Amino acid sequence: MSGIFSMRAWEKVWLYRGTFLLGLWNTAQTAVLAILLALALGIIFGLLATSGKKPLQTVSRIYVEVIQNTPILLQTCFLYYALAFSGHSIGIITTGILALGIYTGAYMAEVVRAGIEAIPKGQFEAAQSQGFTYLEKMYYIILPQSVKIILPPMVNQVVNLIKNTSCLYIIGGADLISLTYSFVTGVNTGGAYAPAYLVSGFLFFVICFPLSKIASTWELALKQREQRVEFAQNKTQERR
Amino acid sequence: MSSLEASLSMLKNGNILVYIGKGVLFTLIISVVAVLCSILIGSVLALVRNYCTKGILPRIIHTLAVIYIEVFRNTPLLLWIFICLVFCPCPAFLSRKMFGLTSVETKLLFKAAVALILFTSSVIAEIVRGGLNGIAKGQFEAAHAQGFNIVQTFVYIILPQAYRSILPTLLSQVTSTIKDSSYLANVAVIELMARVKQILSSASQYNGTGNINVSDVFVLFGFAAVIYFAINYTLSCVVRGMQKRRNRQSGLMKAA
Repeated sequence: MSGIFSMRAWEKVWLYRGTFLLGLWNTAQTAVLAILLALALGIIFGLLATSGKKPLQTVSRIYVEVIQNTPILLQTCFLYYALAFSGHSIGIITTGILALGIYTGAYMAEVVRAGIEAIPKGQFEAAQSQGFTYLEKMYYIILPQSVKIILPPMVNQVVNLIKNTSCLYIIGGADLISLTYSFVTGVNTGGAYAPAYLVSGFLFFVICFPLSKIASTWELALKQREQRVEFAQNKTQERR
Repeated sequence: MSSLEASLSMLKNGNILVYIGKGVLFTLIISVVAVLCSILIGSVLALVRNYCTKGILPRIIHTLAVIYIEVFRNTPLLLWIFICLVFCPCPAFLSRKMFGLTSVETKLLFKAAVALILFTSSVIAEIVRGGLNGIAKGQFEAAHAQGFNIVQTFVYIILPQAYRSILPTLLSQVTSTIKDSSYLANVAVIELMARVKQILSSASQYNGTGNINVSDVFVLFGFAAVIYFAINYTLSCVVRGMQKRRNRQSGLMKAA
């Protein structure tokens, strides 16, 4: 623990700040692209799950169950080694983006499904009776209403995704955690354990904490509004 | 197709199956122990975060609990595993051969398990807090009126109700912890994920073809995926059944 106060260790970390910045950049790049992929997959499979057509629902169910019930590490390894041993290696970061995107996509799909299912059935019927096509119904009526239900858990999934970028380590990663570890164990750079871990932990915390704070505040506000609505409804019923 | 048959023949090898089986056992034991310890730590954290709000000393403890929960929730597990490898002290009686592991591996297992417990307890603290928040204020007042002191109120009245309401969430946290335990594969060859990866790296000796083929990747990781899936899917089915029964019960209560 004494390393925290060792000036030399901190100087070493400062000298090699490029390593940490590179790691942060790789993590950020992986995370952003994986989030986009996860969003796309989540919306597609969430819509499939609520489409009301049995085969489509089954496809979505299988995707969600298989991905949610196996570890991200296993999926990353599987993807990486399957591609590597068949001679189609696509690089560590691209593999990470795909694996993280597919993994988080399954969680996003569940979030989208729950959000759409929370909308009263009358909204769907009203849209249908007004002659909206499926896409119009979803785009103009259903999704705008479910966004506020969907967003808080979605932000939580984004936080999880950012933390899970550390799964790149097992395939020889280039993300922040991997680079920190190779920094503290390196022959020329080794030893500065406490400052290096502190820096990389701090970088993660600075990104993730505001996000999860936003999510929980949002969720709380939503719950309170619901309670107010319920309260008001009960009041009007009593008056009748 | 011959390389696929060669890969499949690995799964008929008794030694490999025993090796993987031990990994499954370790995964289950690590996860269950981690969750049990985390429930203990998490409950304390949740109680402190929720109820230590008056007076100076309680406020300091409260702030520490909040910092603990937020820090561990917002940083990756792997970072904590690496930190514990360096800084976590390991009791001397653990640094010897045990459970078919070498002394170095037992030490690694202990340190990594500590990291897993630290990480999981922050998540469980928030789950327990959710349960505590759902308990009606009247329960506290009733307990107070019956002459229960604070400890008795929590042990006999509040916590049992809170645990009952969060049981499904806690069970699904076991699923998450089983998945998270695979992060241990980064530092030691103990649990399922690490063992499968280990076999893959020496697959050329076992499959009889002299080199590692794509089919080995599919067979080995596929096998591991099936095991994880079987365990986790069973658990999530239990959770879903539980929630359905509860929804029905609360529906009945509302109707009555």
